[in-house]
Amino acid sequence: MSLYVRRGAGSPTDAARWSRRRDVMTNLRSVIGRAYPRVIGSTREPSWVLFEVLLPFLTTSAFVFVYRALDAPTEYVGFVVLGGAMSAFWLNVMWLMAAQLWWEKDNGNLELYFTAPIDLMSILFGMAVGGLLATCFRAVVVLSIGTALYGVTFSVEQWGLLLVVFFLTLSSLYGLGMVLASLFLLWGREAWHLTQLMQEPVYFVSGLNFPVGRLGFVGALAISTIPLAVGLDALRQLAFAGGVASFGTPSPEVEALVLVAMTAIFLFAARFFLRTIERLARREGRLTARGQ
Amino acid sequence: MPSIPLAIDTRGIERVYKAKPRPITALAGVDLRVEPGEFFGLLGPNGAGKTTLIKILTTLLLPTAGTAHVFGFDVERETKRIRRIMNIVSGGEQSGYGLLLVREQLWMFSQFYGLGAREGWRRVDELIEAVGLQDQRLQKVSSLSTGQRQKMNMARGLLNDPWILFLDEPTLGLDVSAARAVRTLIREWKGAVVGRTVLLTSHYMAEVEELCDRLAIVDRGRIVAIGTPADLKRRIQRDSIFRLELDRLDGGASSLSGLPGVLKAVTASDGSSTSGGARQRTAVKLVLADDNALGPVVTALGQRGSQIVSLEKSEPTLEEVFVQLVGRSFADDSEDGGSDTDGRGSSSGTDGAMADPSAPPPPTAATERMTEDAPLAATGLPER
Ligand SMILES: Nc1ncnc2c1ncn2[C@@H]1O[C@H](COP(=O)(O)OP(=O)(O)O)[C@@H](O)[C@H]1O
Ligand SMILES: [Mg+2]
Repeated sequence: MSLYVRRGAGSPTDAARWSRRRDVMTNLRSVIGRAYPRVIGSTREPSWVLFEVLLPFLTTSAFVFVYRALDAPTEYVGFVVLGGAMSAFWLNVMWLMAAQLWWEKDNGNLELYFTAPIDLMSILFGMAVGGLLATCFRAVVVLSIGTALYGVTFSVEQWGLLLVVFFLTLSSLYGLGMVLASLFLLWGREAWHLTQLMQEPVYFVSGLNFPVGRLGFVGALAISTIPLAVGLDALRQLAFAGGVASFGTPSPEVEALVLVAMTAIFLFAARFFLRTIERLARREGRLTARGQ
Repeated sequence: MPSIPLAIDTRGIERVYKAKPRPITALAGVDLRVEPGEFFGLLGPNGAGKTTLIKILTTLLLPTAGTAHVFGFDVERETKRIRRIMNIVSGGEQSGYGLLLVREQLWMFSQFYGLGAREGWRRVDELIEAVGLQDQRLQKVSSLSTGQRQKMNMARGLLNDPWILFLDEPTLGLDVSAARAVRTLIREWKGAVVGRTVLLTSHYMAEVEELCDRLAIVDRGRIVAIGTPADLKRRIQRDSIFRLELDRLDGGASSLSGLPGVLKAVTASDGSSTSGGARQRTAVKLVLADDNALGPVVTALGQRGSQIVSLEKSEPTLEEVFVQLVGRSFADDSEDGGSDTDGRGSSSGTDGAMADPSAPPPPTAATERMTEDAPLAATGLPER
């Protein structure tokens, strides 16, 4: 059988020596490898579609009706629909991404990731990319249905910047997801409960359903700390140019820079926590063991 | 000469776990040298420290003291190098994602081990065939039986064609035929290329005896004996172990253990001759202080009305070696609470102290729990 023929290097010493290129390629392939089950999973898991499409959509609709009843400016309906679409990513980060490594510990995957010749960052990165791709579909669904159903009209002047801000919002969101995933692994259930508690307040100060500029100082604080808040505010300013969204918050260019900074900080933090985790795991014999 | 370094070389490895009432010493100074190309076994009861040693060698855990090298690479500092040339498969492994197809899951892992995208698919298909999962290749991972699951895990462990394969109780919880299939696979893979090295842990004597060139008996964090199975058995050759077949035995084997010179008396489970015939026979294994103790036993049996159908002096088994060296059997150990951190429960007990080595142990409470857990573990995940 061909299986039983050894290929490659002639000695274990040679086999253990990889070129820089092979090392990098393996890490890149691992990102794809780890993203793969996420993307595949989204096609095989109808219940999550329900959770991630229907739920944001219902919340969105509720706010649409409230604003209509209050005779709010029509732009507000657009804000809500956009917020609903972006909340799909937020849900994905908070509910799936954050707890993922922790789950992976339980079924022994984490141990295998540790013993694979790759950086744990690649795995975390793959999770993020996979989650992001899978959720894009859901966000698009919420956005299209909402737009069609409630007659939202966008007025975009800077398409390029809009796209850049969109991707920066996602990168900072998933960067936060990577940080949370490693923190959960470190602190377990307590961290999990904490984020769940945080969900509603975060929604509120992120201005998921209204322009965050209305919150004054609290809004400004949110913009400087929560990626969802900055991203949404910038997206609104860009998608509804010249409207009320520009009131009381920095320009989208400035907010884009904030998002860049957040992404960088989150990625560094995630890497730092992962290193800490690996060190602790090897020293304490804790984190990779099951059922703890 | 610049020869290939030892596959495994540990010096004075100790490992202490921080634990609640007091720290647990899992390894208390292990010196182990395994040559490239060896099939080496670690045999010991639950809690002996086997998994801990494997974790240290696979770079998952640091030793508290001592040094360890795998093919010359330091487990503490040269982790990446070691990870490129080894792989590990554990019993009851639930790795991967239940909603993936077998083929997809293996491909995913191939990407972590440095195979190219297309190379990965090719290798996955080869391995699926080699482990005999062709019919399941397009089945969801969560739908596999325990035995199929472990075959898939084995395929995963072979994806990178490791120079050293660590197998931590690879047949744990498998039924007889699945365990045999896994053992055959391991043996064939190992035998096919000179230089492949395997370190296998087990608490099944028969498994170690069948597969390993050399083994170390581990107990309470120490190696108590090391050598080939034949070497180890020769050490207790001077002992007198007899296998008796009786037409009947009132009071069971234990009624003989009180007799002078009898160190141990147990029912042997290998009564192949009893199955076909109409008569019920009982096979008993006796460990005697020396051959002279046999006389009084025969006399005592006669007085109780038992007739001896056959009598032969037995080859010692590894279990007997263990009993001799450690002063208790595997089964005893689990009774005094041989702790188990893998959450797999105690797996000895039914694995009777002197059960026939050719009969793989029946499923235990632990294995039942494990198979029950499998679907749960598979569905409890965000990514199933
Ligand atoms: N992570 C851990 N924390 C605390 N104690 C542990 C841990 N892992 C193992 N132990 C203890 O170390 C000893 C050896 O365990 P282990 O290496 O799993 O043995 P084996 O694999 O031979 O059954 C046991 O007493 C076990 O309870
Ligand atoms: Mg173990």
